[in-house]
Amino acid sequence: MTAEQYPKVYLYRRIVQAKLFIDNNYADKIDLGNISDEAYFSKFHFIRLFKSVYGKTPHQYLKNVRIEKAKELLKNEVSVSEACFFVGFDSVSSFSGLFSKVVGTSPSAYLTKHQQTKRKISLAPLSFVPGCYAYQHGWLENSNFEEASD
Amino acid sequence: MITKMTITNIHVINQDSAYDFYVNKLGFKLVDDIQMGPGTRWLTVSPPEQPDLQLVLFPVTVSKMFPKEIADNLIDLIRKGIFGCGVLTCNDIFATYEELKSKGVEFIKAPTKEFYGTEALFKDDSGNFFSLQPINNFGNENNI
Repeated sequence: MTAEQYPKVYLYRRIVQAKLFIDNNYADKIDLGNISDEAYFSKFHFIRLFKSVYGKTPHQYLKNVRIEKAKELLKNEVSVSEACFFVGFDSVSSFSGLFSKVVGTSPSAYLTKHQQTKRKISLAPLSFVPGCYAYQHGWLENSNFEEASD
Repeated sequence: MITKMTITNIHVINQDSAYDFYVNKLGFKLVDDIQMGPGTRWLTVSPPEQPDLQLVLFPVTVSKMFPKEIADNLIDLIRKGIFGCGVLTCNDIFATYEELKSKGVEFIKAPTKEFYGTEALFKDDSGNFFSLQPINNFGNENNI
């Protein structure tokens, strides 16, 4: 069985195209119509095929992509409101509600936790690296790191 | 009693390029990217649904661990595609194959039915290769 021979390759390519459309346009106002148009399917047929491949409906997948992107932004110390609008939500309260439900912590608590971690890393980077790796790289010989980790 | 593997290595030739490959192409999550001095960083990623396993993108550079001759030999072997780094699983091998191919990932074997199930093989940006298999490799592989 080669790539060109596996069953329904043309369907797979269109579903993948739709998934990549979501990955690339999650921050815009896209709806199922946009996405199924992208894949050249009727809405109903498209939702069924998408779910059978990815285990989520396109709408669930879009929400998941937006939350994952928001997590990345918050880890990089972007504010909650900026992260919210950047990933395509219209309101901070609906964003915060969904984020809390999916991640298990509020976006502001998530941001604070990662800000604290970043501060700890900047003060003592070696405490975040297993000693065997630091030794192999010769990082333990760097006096600046030794001072920082004291 | 050992309970889990939490950190393992993938030896890479260039960390910037490896970051792009594993994060932007394979969709792995960045865990740590800590600058440890000029030109050297602690860079780890996790498979998207396996946050408690960190893969260290370990650069093969001349260091305490790799004297020049060893580093040169190791880089040569990696580039020749000698090292297999493991099996990565996915929900749907055909969709994953199409997506990765569209992102420029080099496959050395398209999805192929073997006696143990369906498998594809691809190379990372350094030359390490991985097997790609569906989660339930003995079940019905065609989702659509």
